Amino acid sequence: MRFVCRCEEVTEEEIVRLAKEGYSLEEIKRMTRMGMGLCQGRTCLRIAARIIAGIQGKDLSEIKLPTSRQPVVPVELGKLNEAFVKSKDE
Amino acid sequence: MVEEYDVVIVGSGPAGLAAAEVLGGEVSVCVLDEQPYAGGQLIKQTHKFFGSKEHFAGWRGIDIAEYLIGEVKRRGVELKQQHRVLGYYAEEDLVVAEDENGKLHEIRGKKYLFATGAMENMFVFENNDLPGIFGAGAAQTLMNMYGVKPGTRVVMLGAGNIGLIVSYQMLQAGIDVAMILDASPTIGGYHVHAAKVVRAGVPIRTRYTVKRAIGEDKLEAVEIVKLDENWSPIDGTEEIVEADLLCISIGLSPVIELFAQAGCRIEYVPFLGGYVPVHNKFMKTTNEKIFVAGDASGIEEASTAMVEGKIAALAMLGDLKNVDIEDRIMHEFESLAKLRTGFFGRRPKEGKIQMEKLASKYGL
Repeated sequence: MRFVCRCEEVTEEEIVRLAKEGYSLEEIKRMTRMGMGLCQGRTCLRIAARIIAGIQGKDLSEIKLPTSRQPVVPVELGKLNEAFVKSKDE
Repeated sequence: MVEEYDVVIVGSGPAGLAAAEVLGGEVSVCVLDEQPYAGGQLIKQTHKFFGSKEHFAGWRGIDIAEYLIGEVKRRGVELKQQHRVLGYYAEEDLVVAEDENGKLHEIRGKKYLFATGAMENMFVFENNDLPGIFGAGAAQTLMNMYGVKPGTRVVMLGAGNIGLIVSYQMLQAGIDVAMILDASPTIGGYHVHAAKVVRAGVPIRTRYTVKRAIGEDKLEAVEIVKLDENWSPIDGTEEIVEADLLCISIGLSPVIELFAQAGCRIEYVPFLGGYVPVHNKFMKTTNEKIFVAGDASGIEEASTAMVEGKIAALAMLGDLKNVDIEDRIMHEFESLAKLRTGFFGRRPKEGKIQMEKLASKYGL
């Protein structure tokens, strides 16, 4: 297998197929979970952007990266919830 | 409770530490970093730096880190290692960091320097998920930080400085370096680093790349192939090279998530390594609270990262306090220009010229 996103096991074949159908990087992310794993797309998004640009005849500067959201590193949801509850009490 | 500082620096690599050195004693500063040791990539660098005396010529990276950490602490900067920054929250204007005990901290600065560095690029080939395939920097971390030998025989892809230096360090660690490949027609790194591995008997093959990884549960061999002038594989030139380690060293990309969360404008500038936050020559982004320095602002070297860190620090100081920074900042601009002279400085230099144009387009 030729992996683009190792965290979520998304292959090059899958990205190529979706790019040929005209989907954007953001859309492919939502459809495949590419970039939604442990590394939050640090590795795969740039590779995928290049593949999509090539297939859709675009310049890389025209490919917008998906919105970056917190947390950028894995954290236990319980910890976030704890902090949220505490901040409400304050 | 929100912890408040004048300046919050994310990243204790060369850029972050150099900035903290300038700011310490002048304003309140805290530095957040996810690693157990400060110094970023510097502490893995056992080779001596080039340049002039001002840029630590003749020093090894690890000694530069030790010196800067000492200076920063002496100036009263709070160096918080094992603090992983989860994100920048624009509405509350703060970063959240998780410490080594899993406790979350809300930390706010009047200014922020995100010196988040870079991430190694990967590429796509058959079986690229087999254990034994590493970024060269990751393998270097295992060896130089944790004393772990990542394998016994390596194929290195990429003859830039990182590929060459890590290959040499692997030889020192007793790893057999089968060969160094590079898809481009020439060796990308400095001659002095290439000469060292070639003298040790390691072949460097230009216009070669990895076709596929071979192995059941882990890497057992690498199939390599020669490329023609159009970078296409030439049929019939495939060779199988036995190896339990394949290191990929084909470039770095700036780590930019925090900038994106802070609403900083991001543009694609190939000469700077890809998507980078737009910044002016004072290292200020399109969000006036947020500054950038080092590889996060464009892939370059530790020496330029340190100067950029100082420039960002001086600019923040000028914004925060009524102090005259002009002479000092002019000196750093000259210093940066000196570092970017010559053959290897031409790409970042061109990238930064493009960046200045983008910055003025966005009113910076």
